[in-house]
Amino acid sequence: MSIPILSILVFLPLAGCLLLLPAWNCRRLARPIALVVALTELTLALWLYASWKGLAVNPFPQGFLLLEDAPWIPAFGIRYTLALDGISLLMIMLTAIVFCVGLAVSWDSIKERTSLFLSMMLVMEAGIMGVFLALDLALFYLFWEMMLIPMFFLIGIWGHGRRLYSTLKFFLFTMSGSLLMLLAIIALHLLYAQQTGVSSFQLQELLKVQLPLETQLWLYAAFFLAFAIKFPLFPLHTWLPDAHTDAPTAGSVILAGLLLKTGSYALIRFGYPLFPQAAQMMTPLFYSLALIGIFYASLVAFAQQDMKRLIAYSSIGHMGYVAIGIAAWQPVALSGAIIQMANHGVTTAALFCMVGMLDERAHTREIAAFGGLWGKLPLWSFFFLLFAVTAMGVPGLNNFVGEFLILAGTIKSSPLVAVLAFCGIVFPLIYMVRLVQEVVFQKERQPLSLNDLNPREIGILAILALLDIWMGIHPAPLLEMLHVPVQLLTGGTP
Amino acid sequence: MFDNVWLIPLFPLIGFLINGFFGKKIKNEAVIGGIGTLMIFLSFIVSCGILMQMIGLPAEQRVFEKVVFPWIHSGNLKVDMAFLLDPLSCVMIMVVTGVGTLIHLYSIGYMHGEEGFYRFFAYLNLFCMSMLLLVLGNNMLVMFIGWEGVGLCSYLLIGYYFHKKSAGDAAKKAFVMNRVGDFGFLIGMFTLFWWFGSNHNIWTINFTEIKAASHLLPYGGVVTVATLCFFLGATGKSAQLPLYTWLPDAMEGPTPVSALIHAATMVTAGVYMIGRMSFVFIKSPETMMVVAVIGAATAIFAATIGTAQNDIKRVLAYSTVSQLGFMFLAMGVGAFTAGIFHLMTHAFFKACLFLGSGSVIHSMHHALHHAHSHDDAQDMRNMGGLKSAMPITFITFLVSTIAIAGIPGFSGFFSKDEILWQAFSNPFHGQLNMVLWGVGAIAACFTAFYMFRLVFMTFFGECRITPKAKGHLHESPLVITIPLMVLGLLAVVGGYIGLPKLIGDMLGGIPNYFEHWLEPVFAQAHEYSTQYAHAGGHHSHSLEWGLMGLSVVIALIGITIAFTLYIKNTELPGKFTATFPALHRAVYNKWYMDELYDFAIVNPCKALGRFLWKGFDVVVIDGIVNGVANVVLGFSGIFRFIQSGLIGNYAWSMAFGVVVILGYYVFK
Repeated sequence: MSIPILSILVFLPLAGCLLLLPAWNCRRLARPIALVVALTELTLALWLYASWKGLAVNPFPQGFLLLEDAPWIPAFGIRYTLALDGISLLMIMLTAIVFCVGLAVSWDSIKERTSLFLSMMLVMEAGIMGVFLALDLALFYLFWEMMLIPMFFLIGIWGHGRRLYSTLKFFLFTMSGSLLMLLAIIALHLLYAQQTGVSSFQLQELLKVQLPLETQLWLYAAFFLAFAIKFPLFPLHTWLPDAHTDAPTAGSVILAGLLLKTGSYALIRFGYPLFPQAAQMMTPLFYSLALIGIFYASLVAFAQQDMKRLIAYSSIGHMGYVAIGIAAWQPVALSGAIIQMANHGVTTAALFCMVGMLDERAHTREIAAFGGLWGKLPLWSFFFLLFAVTAMGVPGLNNFVGEFLILAGTIKSSPLVAVLAFCGIVFPLIYMVRLVQEVVFQKERQPLSLNDLNPREIGILAILALLDIWMGIHPAPLLEMLHVPVQLLTGGTP
Repeated sequence: MFDNVWLIPLFPLIGFLINGFFGKKIKNEAVIGGIGTLMIFLSFIVSCGILMQMIGLPAEQRVFEKVVFPWIHSGNLKVDMAFLLDPLSCVMIMVVTGVGTLIHLYSIGYMHGEEGFYRFFAYLNLFCMSMLLLVLGNNMLVMFIGWEGVGLCSYLLIGYYFHKKSAGDAAKKAFVMNRVGDFGFLIGMFTLFWWFGSNHNIWTINFTEIKAASHLLPYGGVVTVATLCFFLGATGKSAQLPLYTWLPDAMEGPTPVSALIHAATMVTAGVYMIGRMSFVFIKSPETMMVVAVIGAATAIFAATIGTAQNDIKRVLAYSTVSQLGFMFLAMGVGAFTAGIFHLMTHAFFKACLFLGSGSVIHSMHHALHHAHSHDDAQDMRNMGGLKSAMPITFITFLVSTIAIAGIPGFSGFFSKDEILWQAFSNPFHGQLNMVLWGVGAIAACFTAFYMFRLVFMTFFGECRITPKAKGHLHESPLVITIPLMVLGLLAVVGGYIGLPKLIGDMLGGIPNYFEHWLEPVFAQAHEYSTQYAHAGGHHSHSLEWGLMGLSVVIALIGITIAFTLYIKNTELPGKFTATFPALHRAVYNKWYMDELYDFAIVNPCKALGRFLWKGFDVVVIDGIVNGVANVVLGFSGIFRFIQSGLIGNYAWSMAFGVVVILGYYVFK
């Protein structure tokens, strides 16, 4: 293909930032510009999805559909390598959708420094797109940091509550992880240079390095730590509830919908292939942390008073399943983990949107402040019920498909883990039912005069709801898309 | 007709969508109720067509599968949205759509004037769709959609009066306990899937394919594990020990819901599931024994509680739990046909009983409302002598009570007697048979007792509500009484399609149609059972006659005790409770099972959650993090001048840092 579509996907949002400059002080103009950019990204992503079957499978790197490769900083062997396979395509679509949602949901609520906010969003979109497409580790690291900084400001400037504390905590956590990863990347690069005499940061090249097990373990540990913080795995999770609680709605949506997925994505893309033995050896640890996370986060979610915090903790629990699916490193479980990343992204984004909408109306997120919303906000309640049911993992809706595949695969490789994780599926039901019960049903506890959803909000939620249903009933095309890359990753024949 | 099987769940789905999205705008109750009822009635028509076609086929051709679309395909795991038609699913769709239609019709009258009328019908249709998916699914996963779907609808419908906290709590409890069981279902499914896959390279969760390969399964071992997991699922859904406590609480829902979901259809899903997988269950003698024992234990346990309840619906709820126990007893002794037969007859008479109780409550409510009384319209102590005011309700109720009590000639007798006889004579459980039969017989005695206690307290004797309210008691409208009459009729005649061989022979060789009908479904299981069943099972006719007579006598004893206590010497029950206060308290409080759960599971979980959050998350982890952060912040104070707040600066310094580190490594 002659059009460098992957580069367009990455750089269009940055170009959008430049477009914002002339309209910097005009909110009415800036918002449509940003939205149009996000929608164009979405169109491109959907177009890729519609045509992926027609793309030839590249022999190099194996299994990829599109490749854009050029030397960038030859002195260090850094190349500009973007590549697309089924996994990244799914993530690209998720990114494009979540950003549209993020922009649409903050349409009215961001009243100060709107253009700065929009440009932050666009920079972040570029960064996340880059993370999902980069195959050169130096480039990957650049994008990895590029998505971090806007989020720091997003929480710090437009957040609420203890936003400075939260954003700093978020920043320190993720920064310390990524610095370790940077060291590991450089070390890997040097080892490669030592062995081959050529310098490169490209994944396909670095895969050829022969590593003694001890070195592998150290390097993998550094990668793992960086990704585990993003996941987040117990006990590295405490930044997440704070960041979510104090972030603006769009921040929470992107944090839960995308940032958490970069950790799991990178583990699948880089962590396991680069350090297979080390990853194998650390599997018991990975399993245990994931399992503890599932139970721990669910129990804590059960005790929460703040809706947003509850959903944040539920996110940790759900990502625990993704972690288990990856740790099993088995085709069915891995497909499940990847599809679950998308499912969780859509569903949790929707839940955070909904809490944000309620917060804008009632100026509180305390569960105890609500009750009986079914009578007052029927539309809001309907959507909330739907998304809550999805999060509970009821079959026919998307979360079930992911959890089902993850557990179906895991029970093969480690039955005990799978059975324990199965026990955990009771929890989301308990705390979500409690949330629904106390907010949507029962008698109202405080007289609040609230307006129901407006057309913009209905539009956002309806799209997310349809996605939930569609991915729940007909996940077959997405699973087909993941088939080849997952088989290649797990060492099977596609 | 077979090809149109997908229409059966589709019609209720359409009804759900219409009423769910436009019901609020339609407003007109007749239209909303009409759409809801019509949709399930259309499913009933299609089901009838399918039944007719299936009857016309020779027995060995009565299996049909229809793939609608591929669902989850990943690696070896291939699951389609597909339906299975065979004699068993035919029975189930007839019960679900038939009883379902009657209950929809009844609801038009019963729910008249309720806020959210459209919501009720939307949920009810959604429930029917899920239930139909459950019984029609040709693989475990489609069954599981229905399995969870009915749980969800049950949650929504129990919590229909969402302003009431008790309704919400009951709904929550039902949903959670169901989910505990579902976890077992999933594990059971995966165990079978991987066992077949890795040992025989057969990757399937499809019922017909598993059946075809079931000869490969060992006796016991992995099958015991899988089937026990499945059975855990069944105990949750079908309210068996130890997961039954949600069902009595579920009576907080509107009465038609209790009739449809918590008596006739959803709660029998566990029984159906065992029937559907009889060829797997039979391969584990251990599981069969567990099923039989749990079934018998639940039957007697719930029956004892039923004797001391005063809420009319709660008595029926415990009765349902107990009757489900009978069905599991049947499954556990390998009498699959008898279990499914009791499922069907129970659907008729218990639906009739619930709807009848609804009619009573409706009338009581009306009367008490007019008398400005705040007495409980569901408490039998406020009722009495209703038979003259509500003759149709009374007669249908009485007929169904006779049926459930097991009086010969009524449907319940045929099915229950068959179960007891099989419990006694089955070749599987050896000495245990006597115990199973004995427990079942005593439970049957209790059943007769508490059901007639209910009838006597409600319909006979003095009317105990205020004279002012008494004048307002009236028979319910036709839309309510027609379903009662139809179900009452079925409660009488429904048993004749499954006459025991003994009676059939006596009447000139009338065959047991029901058994013949289901024979192809359970043939495989019976074949396997001969592998390990000891050669008992040859009991004389006189013994069978004797036991049949005995079970009738037992039922009559129960009725007589009820008559003595609640008609003749009405002061006796009071004396009894005064003499054995502890016993009565324990039974009245349901043997303190709820308190036990709260004490052992619910409260510790809550406390642990609070502790982990406040104690561990905030103090330990954040303590460490903040400690580190404070050190960093201390340093950052020194370098404050770097923190200019401009993004450009941050980006540049980061890029600079990267370059420095890179440079160090490259040129060192």
